[in-house]
Amino acid sequence: MSALLELSHVSKRFGGLAAVEDLSFAVREGEILGLIGPNGAGKSTVFNLVNGVYAPDRGSIVFAGGEIGGKLPYEVARLGLARAHQIVQPLAGMSVLDNCTVGACFGRENLSLAEGREAVREVAELIGLSGRLDELASQLTTAGKKRLELARALSARPRLLLLDEVLAGLNPTEIGRMIEVIRKIREQGVTILIIEHVMRAIMSLSDRIVVLNSGKKLAEGAPAEVADNPEVIAAYLGDPGHAGH
Amino acid sequence: MIWRRPFPWLIALATALFVLLPLWRGSVQLRESLLLAAVYITLASNLNLMIGYAGYVNFGNIVFFGLGGYFCVYLVNDWNWNLVLSALAAGIIVSALAFLFGLGILRLRGAFFALATIGVNEAIKQFVTNFEPWGGATGIYLSLEAYAPLGGPRQALWIVYFMLVAVMALSLVASYAIKNSKLGLGLLAIGENEDAAAILGVPTPRYKAIVYSVSAFLPAVAGGLYFFKSGIIEPGGAFDLTLSIEAIVMVMLGGHGTIMGPALGALLYEEMRGTLLTIPTFSHFQLVIAGLLLLVIVLFAPGGLMGFIHRHWPASRKFFE
Amino acid sequence: MREPLLTVEALEAGYDEVQVLWGVSLRVKRGGVTTLLGANGAGKTTTLRAITGAIRPRAGRVIFRGEDVTFLPPHRKTARGLVLVPEGRQLFGEMSVEENLEMGAFSARGRKALAQNLDRVFALFPRLADRRGQKAGTFSGGEQQMLAIARGLMSDPEILVIDELSLGLAPVVVQQLVAALDALKAAGMTILLVEQNVHLALAFSDYAYVIAEGRPFMQGAAQEIAGRPEIREAYLGL
Repeated sequence: MSALLELSHVSKRFGGLAAVEDLSFAVREGEILGLIGPNGAGKSTVFNLVNGVYAPDRGSIVFAGGEIGGKLPYEVARLGLARAHQIVQPLAGMSVLDNCTVGACFGRENLSLAEGREAVREVAELIGLSGRLDELASQLTTAGKKRLELARALSARPRLLLLDEVLAGLNPTEIGRMIEVIRKIREQGVTILIIEHVMRAIMSLSDRIVVLNSGKKLAEGAPAEVADNPEVIAAYLGDPGHAGH
Repeated sequence: MIWRRPFPWLIALATALFVLLPLWRGSVQLRESLLLAAVYITLASNLNLMIGYAGYVNFGNIVFFGLGGYFCVYLVNDWNWNLVLSALAAGIIVSALAFLFGLGILRLRGAFFALATIGVNEAIKQFVTNFEPWGGATGIYLSLEAYAPLGGPRQALWIVYFMLVAVMALSLVASYAIKNSKLGLGLLAIGENEDAAAILGVPTPRYKAIVYSVSAFLPAVAGGLYFFKSGIIEPGGAFDLTLSIEAIVMVMLGGHGTIMGPALGALLYEEMRGTLLTIPTFSHFQLVIAGLLLLVIVLFAPGGLMGFIHRHWPASRKFFE
Repeated sequence: MREPLLTVEALEAGYDEVQVLWGVSLRVKRGGVTTLLGANGAGKTTTLRAITGAIRPRAGRVIFRGEDVTFLPPHRKTARGLVLVPEGRQLFGEMSVEENLEMGAFSARGRKALAQNLDRVFALFPRLADRRGQKAGTFSGGEQQMLAIARGLMSDPEILVIDELSLGLAPVVVQQLVAALDALKAAGMTILLVEQNVHLALAFSDYAYVIAEGRPFMQGAAQEIAGRPEIREAYLGL
């Protein structure tokens, strides 16, 4: 399995603060890689660097064999990289169908309007939005909007899908359903890089985990391995040394 | 297939009315009135591509009309080109310039963009005012010979009228075609949420420059035809910011983002303005009234007339856009 | 069993459309230190905000000193002695230490005991006494946290609710803060604490509640909880 996405010695500072420092890791084709770490660890910054919202100060980001560090978001999308956001951004005045069609038409395959609409119908089936294609995006429930966010990203038929806390705010049943959907997406051959705070979910979904802390990589490995790692535990539960009471 | 939808019929009907009514009534006054309406509809429909689709408010939109007028009149008067060629050339030159300018000013958003477009209009007006080959502050007076190829002034006025009606019809057709195209989908996405659109792969800088340039073409052609018909073009009348703002009012009044909205808004506004101008007190406050009207619309009825219709009769969304 | 000072029953709360808490319950006994633990996003800060009134609960009850205060606005809760020291300090940076402390005593309850509390606070945090005229924004993180707690004390609380004590602070500074809180505890103050550092919290508290995904996960005496491996599961999911 080759690396679909590879970060090498990537750094990004904001003013005096190093949000990401000398970070290197790879995402293998076909896998689900989970990115975890305490708040402020730099996970969102990593996503923003990968999909072109920020340019790295140092280091390289290689996707499907080509350097994408510093490319603009729409250029990265054209290469087959899609993102579902934590804070959903539906195109509110447009229908669900149109929202997804934008994803389909401007993604990797550069489809025409008619082809795009066809592609959307398939994706809508998978995600469970088939009955709602004509509804305005603004009228969906929170769970519906989250599915739309996912459907829209998927409509572009990406090779790599960035899932940014897509489970936040969902109740346990909805979380269960989303997890199933994410598994189905992977079965279709999409590689997934996921950030999640619902730890149960990310630990059970991911093939491998990368742990970030204060912008640096703390650990990498299978979920069980990582959960046993005392440094990782200390990062989350706090240093026992600090208690000294 | 395309004739199964109501639009093409509405556009054809409107065009037919514009053509036949003044002919049938033999009324020059009616023709003049409808000519003005055709110009407003052209301005509003093309402006709508920026405001209603891409979500960028082009306050200085009149610069296309004025500059198109200047290029066309100049080519006819000084180079003896025929009208059609001059008008088309004007359209092409102005939209090419718009594409270039657009790449620069479209990096700005919201109010900054709006101000920049006013800046562009004023800068061009200043430039033209000092540009001798175009008559500077006095402008260009078209010699009567210019009308000879069209069969003399009286016939020329009718011919130009029909050309303007054609430009109006093309504007409506273009609005429709773009809205239903991939470009249109991308533009609407930009108008909803530009950052999200970029992340979805819409090449935002290019699309914005394209729509800015496209929205310049027909107004420039219309400007060419209009000022040819007027026989005179000078900076104040060509780059009239009041008309620029009134075009925005027309788009918002009728319903931005829709196809028929700007046209309805243009007709309504022309009626209102015509009536108000006969009342002595109001004629001096034209811009104030336009401004107030815009404020009221944006605050209380941002969807304009079409928005109102769609809200109270949801089924109409499907066929009346 | 003595009536708890603060009881929270089946609390549900969230932000706009997103529901964060799905039924959190806890009881805080008078004179003790109770701590609320959980992973990021579990809902700890949301719980405190719902209790103190910064956000409006969607369901459940908050009972303080026997009175149902669920939907009272924050300033009324402060007036009754339910005082929050918010996450990130949230001091008035341009005002001096003294002015910040006076702001803390804004309520009638606070004003009554102003002089007394000012003395108490300066005794507890001598550093603040030394610098009473200095602008709050110029202080270090640890000093700001001291000031935040001091300001909370100026409201003359019956219960001090602290959201994130040690966040962003050096261990040495945290020790000083814990020492101050120990002193308060010894003097009989009731404290409800949300804290990132699990070990620190458990070493200092009497009782602990662990929540995960907006729901109760585990609870018990702090010493007991400290030894349980399940805590890792609440934080790491495995």
